[in-house]
Amino acid sequence: MDLLSPIKDHHSERRLFIARVILASVIAFVLLGIVIARLVQLQVFDYEVFAAQSQGNRVRIEPVPPIRGLVFDRRGTVLAQNLPAYQLELIPEQVDDIDDTLQRLAGLGLIEAEDIPAFKELSESGPRFKPVPLNFRLTDEQIANFAIQRPRFPGVDFQPRLVRHYPEGELIAHAVGYVGALSKADLERVDASDYAGTAHTGKTGVESSFEDDLHGDVGYQHVVSNALGRRIPTDSREMADSLPTDESPLPGMNVYLSLDLELQRIATEALAGRRGAVVALDPWTGEILALVSAPTFDPNLFAVGMSTSQYGALQNDLGRPLFNRAIRGAYPPGSTIKPMLALAALQTGAATVERKSFCRGFFMLPNTTHRYRDWKPEGHGEVNIHDAVAQSCDVYFYEISGDIGIDRMHFYLTQFGLGSPTGVDIRGEHDGLIPNREWKKNNFRDPADQRWFNGETVIASIGQGYMLATPIQLAAATAALATRGVRYEPHLVAAVENPLTGARSLVAPRRLDDVRINDVDHWNVAIGAMNAVLQDIRGTAWGAGGNAPYRMAGKSGTAQVFSVAQEEEYNEEEIEERLRDHALFIAFAPLEDPRIAVAVIVENGSSGSRVAAPIARAIMDEYLGYGDDANE
Amino acid sequence: MSETQRLISGKIAPLGDVGRLLRRLRVDGPLLGGILLICALGLVVLYSAVGESSRLLINQAVRLGVALVAMFVMAQMSPDFLRRWTPWGFLAGLVLLVLVLTTGEVGQGARRWLDLGIRFQPSEIMKLAVPMMAAWYLHDRQIPPRAGQLLVLAVIIIIPTVLIARQPDLGTSLLIAASGIIVIVLAGLSIRLMLGLVVLSVPGAFVLWNFMQEYQKQRVLTLLDPDSDPLGAGYNIIQSKIAIGSGGLFGKGWTNGSQAQLEYLPERDTDFIFAVMGEEFGLLGVLALLSLYVFVIGRGLYIAMQAHDTYSRLLAGSISLTFFVYVFVNTAMVTGLVPVVGIPLPLVSFGGTSMVTLLAGFGILMAIHSHRKLLPH
Repeated sequence: MDLLSPIKDHHSERRLFIARVILASVIAFVLLGIVIARLVQLQVFDYEVFAAQSQGNRVRIEPVPPIRGLVFDRRGTVLAQNLPAYQLELIPEQVDDIDDTLQRLAGLGLIEAEDIPAFKELSESGPRFKPVPLNFRLTDEQIANFAIQRPRFPGVDFQPRLVRHYPEGELIAHAVGYVGALSKADLERVDASDYAGTAHTGKTGVESSFEDDLHGDVGYQHVVSNALGRRIPTDSREMADSLPTDESPLPGMNVYLSLDLELQRIATEALAGRRGAVVALDPWTGEILALVSAPTFDPNLFAVGMSTSQYGALQNDLGRPLFNRAIRGAYPPGSTIKPMLALAALQTGAATVERKSFCRGFFMLPNTTHRYRDWKPEGHGEVNIHDAVAQSCDVYFYEISGDIGIDRMHFYLTQFGLGSPTGVDIRGEHDGLIPNREWKKNNFRDPADQRWFNGETVIASIGQGYMLATPIQLAAATAALATRGVRYEPHLVAAVENPLTGARSLVAPRRLDDVRINDVDHWNVAIGAMNAVLQDIRGTAWGAGGNAPYRMAGKSGTAQVFSVAQEEEYNEEEIEERLRDHALFIAFAPLEDPRIAVAVIVENGSSGSRVAAPIARAIMDEYLGYGDDANE
Repeated sequence: MSETQRLISGKIAPLGDVGRLLRRLRVDGPLLGGILLICALGLVVLYSAVGESSRLLINQAVRLGVALVAMFVMAQMSPDFLRRWTPWGFLAGLVLLVLVLTTGEVGQGARRWLDLGIRFQPSEIMKLAVPMMAAWYLHDRQIPPRAGQLLVLAVIIIIPTVLIARQPDLGTSLLIAASGIIVIVLAGLSIRLMLGLVVLSVPGAFVLWNFMQEYQKQRVLTLLDPDSDPLGAGYNIIQSKIAIGSGGLFGKGWTNGSQAQLEYLPERDTDFIFAVMGEEFGLLGVLALLSLYVFVIGRGLYIAMQAHDTYSRLLAGSISLTFFVYVFVNTAMVTGLVPVVGIPLPLVSFGGTSMVTLLAGFGILMAIHSHRKLLPH
């Protein structure tokens, strides 16, 4: 090797090398000095700043959802409560093969096979450590089943959670409503910060309209969390020491309804599986004693979440169980408006107590040939206004209809609360419809249709034509008949109670404008005729009221399901393929001191007096303390 | 002479009989001691950084064992032997690098691994092969090198650097270039030329910028303004600074660093482990670690100065100073002084291959030191 570099000078090389090592060392020390200076800057001078930042990093505020208020009926029976339930949960990060796991869970009957794609999507969307609920309420059997198989399902477990539970389920579904999973639309409506941590919100009924009271106020706790948001147990770490104080959630208010569960049960049983609705009120307060819409559904399905097919079945059911007929169902009121029209006729002078008609079974307007038929083809013979109501003579009302006139009919009927929402404290009420000339002018496009025809007044006098009323409107109008014109706003909620203090605030009855008919004699005629409907042998509903141990008043109605009104936009969605008449009945009792007013509608029930009246009777019996024995 | 200087120079042998045994095994006591102290401290920090997982800790300890064996094996090889085989080793390394680019395994968006029975990164071989080759080339020539020789050296350095940069592995290619350049500097490259190169590096940086991948450009931009993208590219630096800064003078205590334990600090067991150290042991702990590094580097440079031939000198000097570059780049990166380039903290970060290479390098240092008396003058 020396051959290649004969002049290599080892000593100068070594000196040069050592000089360079020293140079490199100096540079290295300078660089190291810079790093150390930086460390001193970060750890000594800026220590406070970074210490605060690291503290802010790890402490996360976690919402603590409040416990939802309970709902009771007027006797203190629980209608909605929160039950601890075992919920099946899957933690995505702990499951190797989510598909396989879900398939096997479905095989065990713990989840529905059809929901697997939805669960899979859920488990892939959120943070990997966040549990995905698969089944909100496991049955004891399912828990037992799963407990045995648990070792085969790493990452799947059941956890206790509070789930809304309606012990009376179907009986109160349309009044109490239900809670459902908080949707994106709900979140836009509510104060999102208040719902942090809340999974469910009221969707219908009292659960929805009293959501603010029932929900309560969210609390907060400070937790130590990692960068991914995973909560770190603080008891095992010193980190817990300096956490700020937490704020406890305030539980939701308990809500007491005026509803009587027994009446609900009687009304539901009396409807006996038919489609229809029942509303019963205390006429002197407006408190709703019963609010039933049939068919009904199990609200618990919404609270625990249901499978796609279960929901589809409810949605597509021809009986429309989710439709609250009691407040949303708009029906032609039929002859149930006759007591009110009789009052209007007496008040306006269109009829007098002495006036008599001879009913031949039909009526014709002057100079026309169209026959407006009475429900009784052979006619009622000679009738006065009392008979016309008691026997429901259509011809009598046809005859006086022109003298009252549609605008005065409108004037009096709306005073009874028909044609506008009653203001009941649950949402979704239908307006109903009491037509007049102005309405027709405003609501028809074709000028030829905007004119009011005399024939329309004729059929309006028996509650047909454009006229529509909801069961709750009819109940409120019946209450106004019972009180002889004193009206109260119908309401379900009687009191709201703070569960912490026990302090109750009662909901005061809200008095509405009286019906402006002051002549006691007129009321006596109308109410006397209504009494005769049930308790005079010639009355249409003698069969339902003749044997009652107390005195009552009522009026039957039979609403034709005919096409004209059905196709108008006002009759939202109630296009009925079944064309039998609707059966209606309104009633109140006791006659001398009314305590309950009832409206019953049975869709396609044919006869108000034969089908609807016994239902009203059963409810009044129960409420007035004549219970079961009265019907035997 | 201070106690430390005496320790570095080997004038005192604190362990007596053990020292004699080590010398017979050609193991350099002070170097081994410094390395083992760093590794021990590293394992302690690592245990905390990996979430107190003893499995990963044992994993790392096994790697350390393998690396110590590699060091011991290298220590037995005479510098002459190493020198003779240097060109072949370098050539083999080049071939493997080309193989990586054509057939290597892809991992995390880069092609760095080769599977020849065992999976390894050929770039690791180059970490030693490049300074060895440069030293080999200069060994028989009079230093300082002349212009023509500098060109040859430039080729020796640039070819592997470019091959590795294309994997892409910017951190490793920079380290390898540095190890070669250090050889040239130690060989007496004229100061004037060096300054000239520094001036030239400004336009060079522009050229380099155009060659950089988008994520590499982002790292540079992020360094200049980490807050511009606090949840993206700037996240690492911000969290790392918070970790170190909040550690203060004495630290939050072992396994109590919230930044590290709560996973706010990314790559806390690998590239950013220095931030864990800073958070949990504070400025004092970090200075202790840096002191150990200084001691090991000092001992390495002492061995280089004691070496008897050009090859040994240049190689020992390059290995020691490259080790410093490791430490500097990593600590400067973690404290936000230089862009985030993927360079682990030597002997502390979790990971196998670089540990083996590092200790093999120290093995060469030991070989140089222990064989010197056998060399002819």
